[in-house]
This record gives sequence, structure tokens and C-alpha cells, in this order.
Amino acid sequence: MLKVDLAVIGGGPAGLAAALEARKNGIENILIIEREKELGGILQQCIHNGFGLHYFGEELTGPEYAERFVEQVKKEGIAYKTSTMVLDIRPDRTITAVNSTDGLIKISAACIILAMGCRERTRGTLNIPGDRPAGIFTAGTAQRFVNMEGYMPGKKVVILGSGDIGLIMARRLTLEGAEVKMVCELLPYSGGLTRNIVQCLEDYNIPLRLSHTVVKIHGKDRLKGVTVAKVDSNRQPIKGTEEYVECDTLLLSVGLIPENELSRGAGIQIDPVTSGPVVDERMATSVEGIFACGNVVHVHDLVDNVTMESITAGRNAAKYILSCKDTRSVGRSIKTVPGHGVRYIVPQRISDLENIEELKLFFRTNDVYRNALVVVHFGQKTLYSAKRQKLAPGEMETVKLKSEALAELVCDTSCDELKVDIEL
Amino acid sequence: MNYDVAIIGAGVTGAFIARELSRYDLKACLLEKEADVAMGTTKANSAIVHAGYDAKHGTLKSKLNVRGNQMMERISRELDVPFKKTGSLVLAFSEHDLATIKDLYENGLKNGVPGLRLLNAEEVIRLEPNVNPNILGALYAPSAGIVCPYELAIGAVENAVDNGVDLKLECEVRDIRCTGDIFELITGKGAIRSNYVVNASGLQADIISSMVQETEFSIRPRKGEYLLMDKTMGNMVNTVIFQPPTRMGKGILVTPTVDGNLLTGPTAEDVDDRDDVSTSPSGMRRIMEEAKKLVPNLGFRDVITSFAGLRAAPDTGDFVIEASRKVKGFINAAGIESPGLTAAPAIGEYVLELLKEQGLALKPKDNFNPIRKSIVHFRDLNDNDRNELIRKNPMYGSIVCRCETVTEGEIVDSIRRPAGAKNLDAVKRRTRAGMGRCQGGFCTPRVVDILSRELGIPPEEVTKKGLGSNILLGKRG
Amino acid sequence: MEERIITCIVCPMGCRLNVEAENDKIGNISGNRCSRGKTYAAEECTAPKRMLTTTVRVSGGIHPFLPVKTERAIPKGLIRQCMEEIRSVQVSAPVKAGDIIVKNICGTGVDIIATRSIPCQN
Repeated sequence: MLKVDLAVIGGGPAGLAAALEARKNGIENILIIEREKELGGILQQCIHNGFGLHYFGEELTGPEYAERFVEQVKKEGIAYKTSTMVLDIRPDRTITAVNSTDGLIKISAACIILAMGCRERTRGTLNIPGDRPAGIFTAGTAQRFVNMEGYMPGKKVVILGSGDIGLIMARRLTLEGAEVKMVCELLPYSGGLTRNIVQCLEDYNIPLRLSHTVVKIHGKDRLKGVTVAKVDSNRQPIKGTEEYVECDTLLLSVGLIPENELSRGAGIQIDPVTSGPVVDERMATSVEGIFACGNVVHVHDLVDNVTMESITAGRNAAKYILSCKDTRSVGRSIKTVPGHGVRYIVPQRISDLENIEELKLFFRTNDVYRNALVVVHFGQKTLYSAKRQKLAPGEMETVKLKSEALAELVCDTSCDELKVDIEL
Repeated sequence: MNYDVAIIGAGVTGAFIARELSRYDLKACLLEKEADVAMGTTKANSAIVHAGYDAKHGTLKSKLNVRGNQMMERISRELDVPFKKTGSLVLAFSEHDLATIKDLYENGLKNGVPGLRLLNAEEVIRLEPNVNPNILGALYAPSAGIVCPYELAIGAVENAVDNGVDLKLECEVRDIRCTGDIFELITGKGAIRSNYVVNASGLQADIISSMVQETEFSIRPRKGEYLLMDKTMGNMVNTVIFQPPTRMGKGILVTPTVDGNLLTGPTAEDVDDRDDVSTSPSGMRRIMEEAKKLVPNLGFRDVITSFAGLRAAPDTGDFVIEASRKVKGFINAAGIESPGLTAAPAIGEYVLELLKEQGLALKPKDNFNPIRKSIVHFRDLNDNDRNELIRKNPMYGSIVCRCETVTEGEIVDSIRRPAGAKNLDAVKRRTRAGMGRCQGGFCTPRVVDILSRELGIPPEEVTKKGLGSNILLGKRG
Repeated sequence: MEERIITCIVCPMGCRLNVEAENDKIGNISGNRCSRGKTYAAEECTAPKRMLTTTVRVSGGIHPFLPVKTERAIPKGLIRQCMEEIRSVQVSAPVKAGDIIVKNICGTGVDIIATRSIPCQN
């Protein structure tokens, strides 16, 4: 049995930042476990720019952003195992992993940080009727083929879903000589960032069809075309609006889901809305000594936020290791409650009120709102209120509570719910 | 090459005919138009081993169904394929249904089905707590069960190939000429000569038969759509749950699968296109409505994928398994609709008898080996066995499909073994790589890579399921 | 004067701006909610620029392709031409992040640089 103070599951941006922060806070014996053959995670295939504006104050590509952290991890001498898959995590923090050189590896960790990231939604969960030909890919799989392996998934492309990876791939495939016919989005608004819609679609005259979806797949061997149709306000296809679009490739960019099979196995409580672990402001999960950060907790749209969140996780993991204080028994805790217009809030609870220095609430709205107020209620009191010109489900929002507000949380013991509302 | 017997069609029927023939000292070939075995009706059906109460007493169907059911336990052991004797229930919701299951019961007794019982509502609920509480009773058949149909066929073909049968994939029979005592099969890969021909070509059986003789039966493709549910729903039922049968078939059923998922379907729709396995929104809705009548707690949210298959429904109402009365040495094994999967091993035996009657000399081989070992699945092993396996072959320490925990070792084995996988779907059927939650999102590039390396072809030539289904369309730039 | 509609990408607001322009002359700009939008729209109408990111083939490295980018934004109209020039480039491992891969691409005065390090195989 290998004994470590901290095991970090996943060597992407979340895991790397968390490990570095734990080291900075005095933890020596750290092991990062990564399933791919190198560190860096999905950033290695995200060769486009737009990363790091918030954290580094400069615009970097995915590989550049990753390399800054990878280099530091190497410089710090933090141990890592690549091409190594974690098969199981037990609530007592024993880990079973496997690779070709060590075989099965049993690890006993004083503390674990979960940083496994997320996976893409697929066609199956959407159940598009029709044939089952080759030529249907998730946008991320296509991205890997083009950017890492140098192959073209197709020449005539329809993209379903306007998530950021789909938009990025629309531009990438166009520049590589493919014809991207259209991007269909089921919702009346895009789930992607505005700058991606402008620079990836508008720059190349690729139509974005809002309130449209693919209703049928055609082609027995390779994809030959899709039928697209307009949808009504209940997202149901409208009869008579069907249109056949010839294409050899369909990319799906219909959202991401945190990958929490290992977390479930460890008995960690999962939030059904985020599909990630329920965490507190320290990024501690419901199981003692297990923390989580990044896309495994909730899907972020900016890696900068992943890094910040992971630093929080790393710092608190270090604190836990050095103090050995149960992460669950910290006295009174407050629940965060999504109010009007809010789909979810992370963290879901605030539990270490005595030591709280600052509090950031990350949330997503359930619709597009313009000129709306973001209000944080604590019982009868309003702890925060600020106007936002635009709120959209595709852009994660942040509220930072000031020290006076935090003092209220600590003092007013009659209330245990912190509610975020969108008020028009 | 001059063969003693050529079998057309490597579905589960052809597979078991080939395996039976491989017991004897003769030269046989198994011809398949697709890029893998089990690509037609065998690939997409209910995966049920039927007890045999349904087929009308006195028909060939009834005889071969009951015999096939009896053989399945031994066959699954020899071929190392999963088979679970779950039992089945036909639920009755009305007086009319009760009369129907009573008739089935009596028919089953005549057919020699063991252990049949008529249960009252209370007994049914005890057996299946999640079925619709409005039932009045059910017919219980303890000898029914479930298998993995393509694994059964793959197992039989691998065993046949191991024992000397030649498997020829992507080898479509376009014409058959009879010259003297010899058949000449004109295929996409040249002419093949054989003394005897067995037509087990499923959906194409009437077309193939017409190449040799005036054919009196015809095959009508009958489409069945299915919904596959997540493993979290796998325990909703313990047995195969049927509705009372109608003229169009056995209706929508709900069944556990050998992999621990829950399967529901099929619809029944006569179609013209013999390749049309597309699914439809109306089909999916119908399945869900009907399935909820049997098991009310099912919902669309639990569906992981949908698929459709075609049954090769004959207009005769019974299996058409007979030697040609006009052309000596030509045998049809046609119209194999349900319960064809169950009957397949018995059809193999039966066709052998017909071949013998036609004059084929059958001298048993000394070295026939009935045992086929399945691919070793890393996920099913304990820690010691896993370590042992990785020590012997480090490729078993490299996880390729993270959702189903499939190692590189398993994928390479699936490609290298007899009748090995030549494309992505073939690997998937043999190893489950790409069958999990992410549906191949992460592992597709790696499996393409491994196929390219093992088959010695560039990645652009790797296909999803054979000719024309290339995954990549060229290099970039 | 011609009127153009520009979506501002300076912040997530995504303001739709109306820009009056004739050749290189910018007239009235409306629809912006802040002054940064005005600057963006003016540049977008007269001299739009974009970063270009792509890959080049690399031999002897742990990966077959090296991600690269233009060191600064280049004129939008030259993107396709630059892609063509980059397509024919091949480098050998090892490569360090920041290495210049193509100097002065298409006469823009901007270099193409590596965005990651690729060590040699083994």
C-alpha cells in the first residue's frame, strides 16, 4: 500500500492548481494521478486562445495555460503518475488505480482532491431517430482527431448545439477546408460565449439557427444528411418546418456532464442539478477528507474560474491534512438556495463559519435576463444587491460577499438559508 | 478451392450450422456480406431464450424451440457466453388475456415445455414486485432465459473457425450457378465452388433461394424498435415480462439483459427495405407507453440508447428449413424469425440431418474441440487475477474505455482471435468498448489507433461497420 | 454613409452596435453601453484583426502535431493565406513553447510561435 498525504485524481487544470496550492501550504507527500499519457488534461487539445485573461491577465491558448502549471508541478517535484486509471475510491480514502508498469496500485491517502473533469453529452441520451451511420461525433472527439492526431472527421459538417467547443470546432474545421453548413441550437439563445459566436461563426458566415434541432439522421454506412426542424416553445419540432441538409458529419456540442462515477462509488453526495458533488465553501464534499474542484463539481465556461476554485480546494485540503480536523463536523452550517431565476449555486453549503474570510458564490441562471438585479437574501436581510446588464445560462456568474455580509452570516444564528434571486 | 459445404449468412443460424459441420471431417465455408458476423437480425433482437409454449404444437418452430432451449445451457458453457435462466411471465390484464394464457399453457404442455405454471396475481407480484398491480394472473415459464445474441453467434463462429471452417467476410453472394453436381457461388470476392449450399441468409433468404430454384416462400422484413435503459434500471424486473401475444408477434416486452441493463421493445412494423434499421419518434413513444403498462415505473430519462432490428418474417408462418426438391444439395434454413435465436443450436443439428439425407458423408473428426474461451474481461476479475494478467501482458494495465473499464489487452485480443474484429462496432460488440455512458467519446480515437496498428491499415481506412463507413475522411491539410 | 452592425465582444454583454462608415472613415457609432465598445467597433470596421491558432506537423516528438499561434493578432483578411503558408511547415522535436516556427508570416510582421513544448520521443 502506497501512503500519501494528498492524492489528486486528475492532472488537468483543476488537479494541477490544487496540487500546487497544497504544496505551497506545506504538504510534501502529494501524488497526482492522470489517465492520459501526459499532464494538462483537455487543455492540450484546446489549441485556440481565450484562456487566462482573468487569472494571468493575458490571453493564452489551452496548451500554454496548461504548460505554466505543468512546469511548476515539475519544478516543485510533485509526484505524478500518467497513463494511470483510478478504478475505485473508498470512503476511507483508499484508492485502487491501474497502469501497465505498476499493475494494480493501492493507495492510502490522508486526503483526496477529486479533479476528474467532465465528459460530453452524446446522441444516445438525446435519442435522435434515424440511422446509425459513421460520421457522428461529439465536438471534443472531433477536436482531438483534428488537433492531436491530424485527421479530418469530415468535409461537410452540421453542428448540433452551440456550446463553446462546437463553435470553436466550426472555425477550426472551416480553416482546415471543411464546409460547416450550420449550427443548430434547440434553445432560443446560444449556450456559447458571445466572442465565440462572433469570431467562430459570423467571421466565416456560418449560420446559427436558434430554436432548431436535428430530427432525423440519414445514411446507412456514412452519414449522408440530417433533417433539421424548427422547435416550438416546448422544444418540440414544428411540423412542416423540416429541411434536409446534406452532410457527412454531425458534431454534437450539447453540453457537458461532470464525471462522478468514482465520487458516487466513494459515497459522496451528488447535487442532481450540477451532477457534481455537493461542496461547501472550502470545496469539501460530504465525505471526510475528500475535496473536489473544477468541472467535476460543476461545468465552468472559463478555465480561470477552475483554477481559482482549485486553489481554494488545495489550500483547504492542506489545512485539513495539517490539522486533522474532520471536514464535516464544524458546527452550524448554512445552505445556499437557488431562488427565482437561478438554476444552481456552488458551494451548496457554507460550513466553516468561524474561519470564513471571503465567500464567492458561483451560479447560473435558468434563462436570459437583461437589466436584472442579483440579490442575496439571508432571512429578512439583503446581503448583496447589484444590477447586471445581462445574465445568461451560458455565462457563469459570481457574487463576492464582503466582510460585513459575512459577519451577518456568523452573527444571525436564527437563519440557515442563503438565497440568491434574480429580480427584474 | 472446392468446398463440401458453403453456408450463406453468418448470423446465429449460419453460425450454428457452421459449428455443427466443423465436428466432421469436411471442408466448409461461411460466407457473410457484412464486415462482421451477426450483423443482421442477430444483432438487434430481444435476446430471449424462449421456453417454447408460444409456437403452435406440431410446427417445426415448436419442435426446434423446445430442443434449442434444452441445449442452451450446455452450448453457453461450451462457448463461454453469458446465459441466464431467468424464467418468463406472460401477464394477463383481462378475462380475454386469461383465456389466452390458458391456451398458451396447454399448447406449451403439448410442446413439452417443462415447469409451466399459471400464477394468480399475488404470486406474480411476489415474483415481480414492480409489475403493474392491475394484473389478474400470468403464465410462468421457468425454462425461459436471456443471452447476448451476437456473443452467442460470435462464440459459435469462433469455435467453428477454430475447428477448420473458413469464414469469408464482405463476401456477398450475387449469383449461384449449378453445373452438374457442383454449385458455383459468384461473390464479391470471386467464385466459390461447393458440393452443397446452405442458405441461412436471413432477410435475403428468398432472394438467394431464387438464384437456384423457383421459390415459393417470401421474406417480409418486420422492423422492431427497442429502447435500452441504464443499468440503474436493470433490477426493475427479474424475469422476461411479456404481454399476451397478438397476430403481429409477442408484443412489447420488458427484460433484463445479461449485461445488467433493462431492454424494452420491440415494435412490429412491416417494411419494404431490407436494410432499414432506423428508429422513429412514434416507435419510441409506443414502446414507452406499452412498457409502462407492464412496469409502470419506467421513464424516458432512463433510456441510454435506441436501436432497431429487422425480423425475417416468412409468409409461411413457420421456419422454412428443407432440402430443395428440385436441386439436389441445396438447403434452405429460412424464415428464421422468433424464436430463431433459441432454436439456432437445434437448427444446426436439424440441417446436418438434412445434409446427411442429401448424401453428405459425415465422418466425425478426432480433434474437434467444442470449447471456445471468451475474451478475458478485466472488469470481471479479482485483484490477484488482474495483476497476474498485467504481469503477463502489460496491455491489460492500459484502460482504453473508461466507462466500461476495457483494457487495450482485450481490444487487441478481440482483433487477433479467430473471426476477429475488423472495425469499431465489431470491437464494441466483443469488448463493450464505447458502449458506456460516453458512447465512445473518449475511446474512439484510441480504438481507431489500435485497429489501424493491428490491421496494418492507415487510420482513414478504419471503419465503423465495414465498407463505406469510414470514421475519418482524410488527413488534415 | 454605409451602416454596419457589429456585435461587441469586449465583455459578455454582446452589445449590437450600429456603425456608420465610409471606406476607412468612421461616422456615428450607436448601441454601445460603454466607451470600450466604441473603440472596438471602430477597429472592427477599419482594420479587423484576429489571432490565428492552428497546428504544424512535428517529427520525432511525443506527438505528431505542434499547436502554434500568431504572436499577435493579424489582419482578418490574411487568415486563409496564413493557413496556407503554415500548412507546408514541418518542424523537428524538441520544440519549446515560445519557439518561433515561422518568421513574419505573410509579410504581416508577426511570427508564428509554438504554444507548447514537445520533447523528443524517448
